[in-house]
Order: sequence, then structure tokens, then C-alpha cells
Amino acid sequence: MAHTTARQGILPPPTERYSVLGWLHKNLFSTWYNSLLSILALLLIYSLARGFLTWLISEAEWEVVRVNLRLLMVGQYPSAETWRIWLCLYLLAGITGLSWGVWVRGRWLLGAALLAAPLLISLAPGVTSTARNQLLGIDLAALLGFAIGRAGGKRLRRIAIILWVLYFPLVLLIVRGLALAESWLPIVTSNLWGGLLLTFLLTIVGISFSFPLGILLALGRRSSLPAVRWVSVSYIEVFRGVPLVTILFMASTMVPLFFPPGTRPDPVLRAMVGITIFTAAYLAENVRGGLQAIPAGQFEAAHALGLNGFQTMTFIILPQALRLVIPVLMGLFIALFKDTSLVATIGLLELLGISRSILAQPQFVGYQHEVLLFITMIYWIFCYFLSYISQRLEKSLGVGER
Amino acid sequence: METAMSDQSSPSQPIIIARDVHKWYGHFQALKGINMEVNRGEVIVIFGPSGSGKSTFIRTLNRLEEHQRGQIIVDGIEVTHDLRNIEKVRTETGMVFQQFNLFPHLTVLQNITLAPIWVRKWKKQKAEELAMQLLERVGIPEQAQKFPGQLSGGQQQRVAIARAMAMQPKIMLFDEPTSALDPEMIKEVLDVMIKLAQSGITMLVVTHEMGFAKAVAKRMFFFDDGQIVESGTPDEIFKNPREDRTKLFLSQILTH
Repeated sequence: MAHTTARQGILPPPTERYSVLGWLHKNLFSTWYNSLLSILALLLIYSLARGFLTWLISEAEWEVVRVNLRLLMVGQYPSAETWRIWLCLYLLAGITGLSWGVWVRGRWLLGAALLAAPLLISLAPGVTSTARNQLLGIDLAALLGFAIGRAGGKRLRRIAIILWVLYFPLVLLIVRGLALAESWLPIVTSNLWGGLLLTFLLTIVGISFSFPLGILLALGRRSSLPAVRWVSVSYIEVFRGVPLVTILFMASTMVPLFFPPGTRPDPVLRAMVGITIFTAAYLAENVRGGLQAIPAGQFEAAHALGLNGFQTMTFIILPQALRLVIPVLMGLFIALFKDTSLVATIGLLELLGISRSILAQPQFVGYQHEVLLFITMIYWIFCYFLSYISQRLEKSLGVGER
Repeated sequence: METAMSDQSSPSQPIIIARDVHKWYGHFQALKGINMEVNRGEVIVIFGPSGSGKSTFIRTLNRLEEHQRGQIIVDGIEVTHDLRNIEKVRTETGMVFQQFNLFPHLTVLQNITLAPIWVRKWKKQKAEELAMQLLERVGIPEQAQKFPGQLSGGQQQRVAIARAMAMQPKIMLFDEPTSALDPEMIKEVLDVMIKLAQSGITMLVVTHEMGFAKAVAKRMFFFDDGQIVESGTPDEIFKNPREDRTKLFLSQILTH
């Protein structure tokens, strides 16, 4: 019997299984010098981490984070208008759920993990009971979206994409307000935006504006018109040659010179412009890399069919080029998310800025470890999440498998 | 001065007129005065050693390459810098490439319907119906929803032929359509091309497939060193080639 199965080649591949001890023996203590190295390494790690661990277990006092949680999340955004932030989160959860139902469907474990996140946050100390209810509501919105997406199936694809495109401008509108009627969605001026909220807004605006601008610059750099090419090249080379901090300082000190005296452009807006300008230059170079990877035959085939230059770019070249650079672009967006912390240097109160202003208050002096560790964790969680999405996207689009 | 539009589409006129066409790449002269007239419905085979300018020549006809001297008139439209003329000529000429050049991010059906929908402004449904008919003709209707990367080379080239035909062109240009194919796939592509030739469409084919030339070509042109060395019917070329260079080249490609 065994003989026939072997000949048909359907033997399962050999699996290696070890007990914990077996694993330790194989990987850490296989020879006397490996054992020595392992023990030395463990001692080194222990001596380095001991101070941190003792602090974390016995000395850290998280009271400062609990008291200032609201500031860290939304800054001085007025309490009466906080519902708008929740609304944005509800919408985000709903659209994510919808997309999950339309595209992902399975992957229950990951879905459950995402749903568990708001629940876990709601259990954390310092979360008010209203916030707890809202967090539960977010999960409900996600489930509702998922149910709709699953029932609608493929027909909802286009709608889901449109919702995503509309979502980000909508968030800006909701957060800022419309002031259409006297008391309806009054404007919340940007000096009240802060904390994680401001970090997100800077990131969202940076991505949504630098993306089209960067693509235009990349195309401009390849244009056959000398003027267009020259403008694009100088833009890219100038802004890639300057650190972001410098651009932010320039934006905060020099931009007002271009406006009539007396009118001061909004500092948050200036930071957004600075970030967008800077990111667009890098994005343009990444997209150009993707464009260069498309074989000339693709242009020729499109032209031979009678497609004009615009159609060739939109339908043939850009879809392929952008797919190739997704990993690089996601890396760029992660960097952008982290770099928003630089606006703290021009006095904006995003996550890092608000932490520093909290720590400057007399009653919280000496708590910088707790606060900084807390915001580090926030940055890390979101960056890791983005990088995970990027990996999934790469796989599902088959990047690098051509 | 004669305007480009004056002789449009009268059936007795040649559909392609090339007069004294010159082309340089930098200092290298690729075409040295090509003259050719092709009548409606003719099947023309162009052959010659590599670097002889045969591909360059058919690529000047739809302006994938720019000629620097001489005149090219396709279906009554002169090919010049004028973008509108170029787009008109490209709409009326289909082209099949050595490397297929299918769009890898689109399905077979989308590859075929893209140009009819966006250039001819057809309704999606009409374009898809025609696409399916064309896929029947090239023998692979069951592959419509697949992506090019999932097909064999021969199947990809047949899709490329269907894609070019979907624009309902008056002229089909083939640039070494079987040179990148494994031997067992050459026949399936040639069969499609022979069927196409018999349907009465004007065809210019750059190829070394002499069997194809014997079967359907009306006239053959031998290119060498950027010039037309010899032209004639397949009978004349195969039985009594006049030029030594033609004889030598034919003996090289026919003896193995």
C-alpha cells in the first residue's frame, strides 16, 4: 500500500513538529558555544530591559493619560460637538463593514479582531460611559454595513468605492462645520482641533491631495512639452531637496507674506499645504518609477487602437503603473502619518504637540514616560495596521507575480 | 497643392500609397526611399533580413514611427504631424505585434471592447456582442473572462487579432505575428490569419512564414538595407527571383 501511494506521489510533505524543549534545543542550545551565546544574549537583554520593566510594572502611573485622554484624542474640540467625531467614526465603521461584506467576506478571525478592538478600548480605564456606548455603537455600525454588503454582493462594489472617495472630504466638512443655518453644524475653528484627530486630518488631507498632484507631476516630468517638463522637474527637485521641517517653518513664516496684511491664513491649513507639497514631490518620483516599468509595447498597442493620449494613460498605463508602486506608496503614506508629528514644532497641537503641552502643566511634570509611551503605542498600532493593509493589498492585486 | 482629403475612398484608388518614404534613427538611415501602392483587399507579405526596415515601414503607416521625408496616404488621409489625421488613420488600421502587447490588467473581453467603447463610442453591450463573435472566429470564446497571463502564446496572439478586428478596420498590419511563438502554436495563429485574408480585408504582413505567403499573398516585397529590392507575386518570387540577394535570403530561410 505504502509503496503504491509513494509511486503516485501523493505522500503528504513531511512535517516538523517540536515540543517547546525541542525547539529550544534546536535553536538556542544545539552546541556548547551556541548555549553560551544564548545565555549571554539573555543576560544582556535582561540587563537592558530590567529598568524599563521595573518601571512599567511598579512605578508607571497612568493617571496622567486617563485624565487627559480627551485632550490626547481630540484636543480642545468643544464637548458639545464631539458627536461629530463619533459620527465620522460611525461612518468609517459602516463603510469598512460594507466593503468587508462586498470584497473580503471570509477571514472571520481578522474581522472579529477588528470588531474586538473598540470593545477592548471601551474596557480600558478612563473611558467615560458615553464613550463606551459610542464604541459599542461603532461595532453595530460595522456589523450593519457588513450585513448590507454581504446581501448586496458585487452590485455594491461601485457604491462602496464612491463612498470611500466621498468619505474623506465629508469628514473634513463634518469636523469643520458648515454653518449653513444659525445653529446647525457651526464652524469649529481649526485652532481647537488637536490630538489624534488633528494627526488624522493632516494625514488624510496630505494623502488625498498629494496623490493626484504627485501623479500629475510624474506625468508632467515625462511630458513632451518642454515647459511642462521643466516645471515638474524643478518642483520635484526643489521639494525633495528640502527637509519637511524647513517646509513647515517656511509655510508658517513666509506664506503670510503672500496674503494681504491683516489676514492671517489658518496655521493648520498652512501645515496641510506644506505636508501636501512635500509628499507630492516624493510621490511623483515613485509613480514615475512605476511608469517607467511599463513596456513601450503597451503604449504602442493603445495608440494603434486609436486611443488618444489621455485615454491611453487613464485606461492602460496608470492602472498598471500604480499597481506596481502600491508597496512604495503605502510606505510613503506611513511615513507621512509619522511625519505629521513635525507640525508640533510650528506650534500645532497634534498628538505629539498636545502631549508636550500637557507635560508642560505643573501638575503633570515628570510624567513624560507614560505619555510618550502611550502616544508611541498609538503611532505604532496605526502604522502596523497600514503596513498590514499594504501587504494584503499587494497579495490580492498580485504585485510582483507577473 | 493637393489636399489630403481630395482623393478619399474612391474604390479604384490604392488604399495605401507610400511615396519615397525616408526614415532615420539618429544618423542611421532605416528607410531609403520606399515606394509602395496597395489596393483594396490585397494581401501583401513583406520579408527580408532583420534590420532591413520592414517593421519600421509598416509602423510608419499608422505613425507608430514618424517618417522624415516622403508621403504616406492611408485610405485617402495623409499621415502627417496632424493628430486628428493620425487618430483617423489609426481607427481604420488594426495592428498585431510580435509580442502580442495585450493589456495584462484587463480581461480578454475588456481588451477587445476597450477601443470600440471609447474610440467608436459604442454601447458596451454592442461592443461585447461583436467581441464574442470575433472570439468565436478566432476559436477561443471560452476564454473571454480570463486574463492574458492565463493564456498560451498562441491564444494571446489570437486575442490580439480579435482586439484589432474589433475596431472594424479597413487595413490590418501584422508585425512578425508568429516570431515570438512556440512552433506548435504558429499554426493556430496562421490559420486565423488565412481565414482573415480570405475574408477580403486589406492585409500587410511582415513575416518569414513562406507557407502563409504561398497560400494567400497577392504580392510579396523583399526588403534589404532600407530598400525594396524586389517585388512580385509569390510565384515570381519563389520560382524566378531576379535579384541575387533575394535568392540568397530565400535559400537561407527555406532550407531548414
